[in-house]
Amino acid sequence: MLPRLIPRLEKRQTPSKAMIYLSPLLAIFLTLISSVVLFLIMNVSPLEALHAFFIKPISTIYGLTELAVKATPLVLIGVALSLGFRAGVWNIGAEGQLILGGIFGGATALFFYEKTGFYIIPLILIAGVVGGMLWAGIVAFLRTKFNANEILTSLMLSYVASLLLNLLIHGPLKDPDGFNFPESRLFSDSALLPILYDGTRLHIGAIIALLAVGLGWILLSRTLLGYQIKVTGDAPAAGEYAGFSHSKIIWITLLLSGGVAGLAGAIEVSGPIGQLLPTISPGYGFTAIIVAYVGRLHPVGVLFAGLLLALTYLGGETAQISLKLPIAVTGVFQGLLLFFLLASDVLIHYRIQFGKQGAIA
Amino acid sequence: MKLRNILAVLIASAALTACGGGEKAADKAKEAATETATKVTETVKEKVTEKVKEVVKGKSAADTKVGFVYVGPVGDHGWSYEHDQSRQALEKALGVKTTFVESVPEGADAERVITQLANDGNDVIFTTSFGYMNPTLKVAKKFPNVRFEHATGYKRADNVSTYSARFYEGRAILGTIAGKMTKSNIIGYIGSFPIPEVIRGIDAMTIAARKVNPNVKVKVVWVNSWFDPGKEGDAAKALIDQGADIITQHTDSPAPLQVAEKRGVYAFGQASDMKSFAPTKQLTSIIDNWSDYYIARTKAAIDGSWKSTDTWDGIKAGMVVMAPYGDAVPADVREMADKVKASIVDGSFHPFQGPIKNQKGELVVKEGETLGDGDLAKLNWYVEGVEGSIPK
Amino acid sequence: MDILIAAILTIITAATPLLFAALGELVTEKSGVLNLGIEGMMIMGAIIGFFTVHQTDSAFIAIIASMIAGALTATIFAILVLKFHASQVPTGLALTIFGIGLSALIGQSMIGVAYEGIPKIAIPGLSSIPVIGDIFFNQDGLVYFSIFMVVATMWFLNKTRAGLILRAVGDSHDAAHAMGYSVIKIRFLATLFGGAMAGVGGAYLSLAYSPLWVEGMTAGRGWIALALVVFASWRVGRVLLGAYLFGGITILQLHAQALGIAVPSQIMSMLPYLATILVLVIISRDKSKIKLNSPASLGKAFHPSR
Repeated sequence: MLPRLIPRLEKRQTPSKAMIYLSPLLAIFLTLISSVVLFLIMNVSPLEALHAFFIKPISTIYGLTELAVKATPLVLIGVALSLGFRAGVWNIGAEGQLILGGIFGGATALFFYEKTGFYIIPLILIAGVVGGMLWAGIVAFLRTKFNANEILTSLMLSYVASLLLNLLIHGPLKDPDGFNFPESRLFSDSALLPILYDGTRLHIGAIIALLAVGLGWILLSRTLLGYQIKVTGDAPAAGEYAGFSHSKIIWITLLLSGGVAGLAGAIEVSGPIGQLLPTISPGYGFTAIIVAYVGRLHPVGVLFAGLLLALTYLGGETAQISLKLPIAVTGVFQGLLLFFLLASDVLIHYRIQFGKQGAIA
Repeated sequence: MKLRNILAVLIASAALTACGGGEKAADKAKEAATETATKVTETVKEKVTEKVKEVVKGKSAADTKVGFVYVGPVGDHGWSYEHDQSRQALEKALGVKTTFVESVPEGADAERVITQLANDGNDVIFTTSFGYMNPTLKVAKKFPNVRFEHATGYKRADNVSTYSARFYEGRAILGTIAGKMTKSNIIGYIGSFPIPEVIRGIDAMTIAARKVNPNVKVKVVWVNSWFDPGKEGDAAKALIDQGADIITQHTDSPAPLQVAEKRGVYAFGQASDMKSFAPTKQLTSIIDNWSDYYIARTKAAIDGSWKSTDTWDGIKAGMVVMAPYGDAVPADVREMADKVKASIVDGSFHPFQGPIKNQKGELVVKEGETLGDGDLAKLNWYVEGVEGSIPK
Repeated sequence: MDILIAAILTIITAATPLLFAALGELVTEKSGVLNLGIEGMMIMGAIIGFFTVHQTDSAFIAIIASMIAGALTATIFAILVLKFHASQVPTGLALTIFGIGLSALIGQSMIGVAYEGIPKIAIPGLSSIPVIGDIFFNQDGLVYFSIFMVVATMWFLNKTRAGLILRAVGDSHDAAHAMGYSVIKIRFLATLFGGAMAGVGGAYLSLAYSPLWVEGMTAGRGWIALALVVFASWRVGRVLLGAYLFGGITILQLHAQALGIAVPSQIMSMLPYLATILVLVIISRDKSKIKLNSPASLGKAFHPSR
C-alpha cells in the first residue's frame, strides 16, 4: 500500500506548443546527466567527454564546415524520406538509391574526364537523380504491379546496389592507371562541386540540402500533393474516398525519395570524395531514417536532427583522438541520446501527473 | 646512422653538381663523402640537430605524437587488430604518445579524420587501408610538416611514404606445406575481394604447391567481404565439401580455422597466430608484423632522418612472420618449408620466378626470369592450377 | 549424394540464426509492434552468450543468458515505445546502434578467445538412418529448438486463446482495448519474446555457427530477419521457408563458385537478395491473402482514450 510515487502520464487535450520546442532540450539535458554515468564508468572526465563530443568539433570554422559536409546527405535524404513515411510508404532502401546515384553521377563524371564545361556538374547531379529514381522505381513498380512489400524489396535492393558498385569498380569504372586497385580515376576539376569557402570542403551540396528543406516544407504545407500525402498516411481509406490514387502516391513518394537519395550520392562522389570507391556511404541511407523521425518528419526538424546526428559522429572521432574513447562508446552514447530524444516527445501530447489519484489498490 | 646517410647523399650530390656529372665521379664522390661525413658528423651534429628540431618542433620522443587510422574496429581480430598491436609495441618501445581512430569508413570521412589527427599535433600519421590513399595525399598537402605513412597504396609525396608487406612470400611457404600434405590434391582458398594483393597470394601459393606436387588444384571462393565470420565459415565448408583437404584464407576472421578443426582438414591462419582456434589443424600462419616498421619510421621522424620512401618488406625484414609449425607438419615437410623460407631470405629464390604458366598453359614468365615488382603490384591473372576465373 | 547432404547441413546452420530472429520479430509484429532493432538485440545475445559460456562453461546457461540479454535489450525498446509513446521505427534503429556499441564494450576481453562450439545431439536410433539421419537427427540442440519454436509459435498463434488475443491486439488495438485486454501489456510481452528470440539467434552465431566473438559479427543478419518476416507475409510456416531459401541460395552460390563457374562473384553474392525479391513477387499477388495475415495496426502507437 505505497502511495503512488511513480508519476503517471496524462493525455493533454491539445498538444503543448511549448513542449514542441522544450522537449529536445529536456532530452539533451537527460543525455548529459546519464552520460556522466557512462563516462565515469569508462574512467574519463564527463566534462571533457561532453566537450569533446559537442563543443570541440565545432569550435573552429573548419569544424563547422565539416559538420555541414557530414550533415548534407543526412538532411537531404531525411527530408525526402519523411515525405514517404508521412504517406505510409516504407522506403528503407535509401542507401541503395544513394549508391545508384553515386554510380550514375560518378560514371557521368568519368565520361567527361579531362573535359571542361559548365554543363558537366549539372549533368552529374541529374544523372544521380536518375540513378536513384531508377532504383526506387523498381520498388514502386513491384509494389504497385505485384503488391510486393517495399520494406523487403527496397532493403534487398540496397545490398544488390552495393555489390553492383563493387562489380563496376572492379570492372569498367576502374582507374586504368590504378594498378588494378578497386577505385576509379580522380574526377577532373570540372566534375568537382564548387567549394563555398576556400580551404575547406564546404561545397554547394550544403545549399542544395537547405533548398530541399525549404522545398519540402512548401510541398508539405502549401501544395495539394502535400495534402494528399498527409491524408494517405493518416487515413488511407479516406484518401481513396477523396479520389487520391494510392498507386500514384506510392510512385511519387518513392521516385521523390529515391531521386533525392540518388542526388545525395552524386553529391558525395563529386563533392567530398572526388572519385568512385567500393564504399561511398557509411550507411547514410539508414541513418537518414533516424534523422527523419527525430526531426518529427518535418523538413525543418530534419535539418536540426541531421546536424545533431552529424555532430555526434564528429564528436565520436574527437573523443577517440583526444580521450582515447573507443568508438563503441560513441554507439552507446548516440543510442542514449536518441532514446531520450524520442521519449521526450511524449511531453507534447502528455503531461506528467504525480500521484494525486491516491495509492495503488 | 641515417643521419650520416643523408649527409653523404647531400654532399655527394653537391660533389656531383660540382664535377658536372658522370656516374663514376658520383660514386667516387659518394665514397669520399661517406668518409668525410663520418669525420664531420660530430662537428655538424649540433647544427643538424637544430635543423631537425625546427622540423619536428623540438620534440623528444616523449613529446612526439603518432596517429593511426584504422578501417575496422580494433576488435576485428584481423587487419586492424594487428596494426593496433604494433601501435602498442611502438608506444612501449619509444615512449611516444599514440592515438588511433577506428572504423573510419573509406570515403568522405577519412579526409576529415586524418585532418583532425594532423590538427591535433601528430607528427607522424599512419593510414592503414588502401582506400585512404587519396585522402592522405590531400591532407598531406595542407600539412607539409607532418609525415604521413600510407599502407598498401602506390601514390607518394614529399611527406607521404607508402608501405606494404610481401605477404606472398609467406604464401609460398604455405603452398610448399600444402602441396606436400594434401591427399585430395585440392586446396581451398577463401578470397575477400579480387584485388591484386589477394590474387598475388593465390598465385604464389599455387606456384609453390605445384612445385612440390604438380597435381595440386586450387579452388577459390570469394565471399565479397573482409570480415563476416559466418560467411567465411560457410565458404570453408563449401570448399571442404567439394574435396578440399587444406583451407587457406585471405579474410580476417578465424572462423574458417574452426571449421577446419571440426571437419578434420588442415588450415592456415591469417594475420595473427590463430592456433587457439584450430589447435591440431593449423599448420602455420602468416603473421602481419608492423612493429619494426612503425618503430623505425617514428625513430626516423624523431631524429630527422625521415624521408619519403616506398617500403615493401617481407620475411627478411620481419614484416611477414611465420607462426610455429603445427604438430601435424612432419619433419621432412618442415625441412622443405624452412628451406624455401631460407632461400627467400637470402634472395636465392623468388616466389614468382619462372617458369610460370597462366591458366591456359601459356608460358608467361620464362625460366630464369622473375616477375618484377611493377607487374606484381598490379597482378590480375591466375597461374596454372587455379580453377575458375577472376571476377571482373 | 554426400556433397548434397553436406550442403544441406551447411544450409541449416546458415538459416538457423535468421529463423530464430525472424520468428521473434513475427510475434512482435503480430502484436502490432514494429521493432527494427533486431540487429542490436541479436548482437547483445551473441556477446552475452559467448561471455557466459566462457565464464560458466555451460552452453545451456549461456543460451538462457543470451535470451535474457535479448529480452532486456528489447525492454528498452518496449518501455520507450509502449510507455513513452516514442515512434517505433527510429527507436528500433537507435536500439541497433546502442546494441552494437554496448556489445563491443562488453566484448573487449573476449577477442581472440576460442570456444569449441555447442555439442551436437544425435538422437539414438534415428540418427543412424542413412541420409535423413544426418540431416534431421544429428544436429546441435539449438537447431532442434528452432524447429520446435516454429511449431510452438504456429500452435500458439493459431490454436490458443492467448494467441488469438495477441493477434487481435495487432489487428485493432482499439477493439481489443474495448474488450478489456491490456494492449500495452500484451505488446510488451510480445516485444520481449522477440528480443529473446533475437538473442538466441545471436547466440547461435557466437556459440555454434562460428563460435567466437568479434565486433559486429552479426554482419547485417538482423536486417535479413526483418525482411524475412515481410517475405513470409506474417505466416510462421513461410518464415521457415524464407530462412532456408535465403540460407540455401547463400550456400549454393558458394558451392557454385568452388565448382569454378565463370560468373562474377559479386553477381553470385547478389543471388540470395534477388531470389528473395523474386519469390516475394510471386507469392504476393493475392492481395486479400496478405491482408488477412498482416497485422493492421502494425507500427501504430496506441493511445488509450478513456
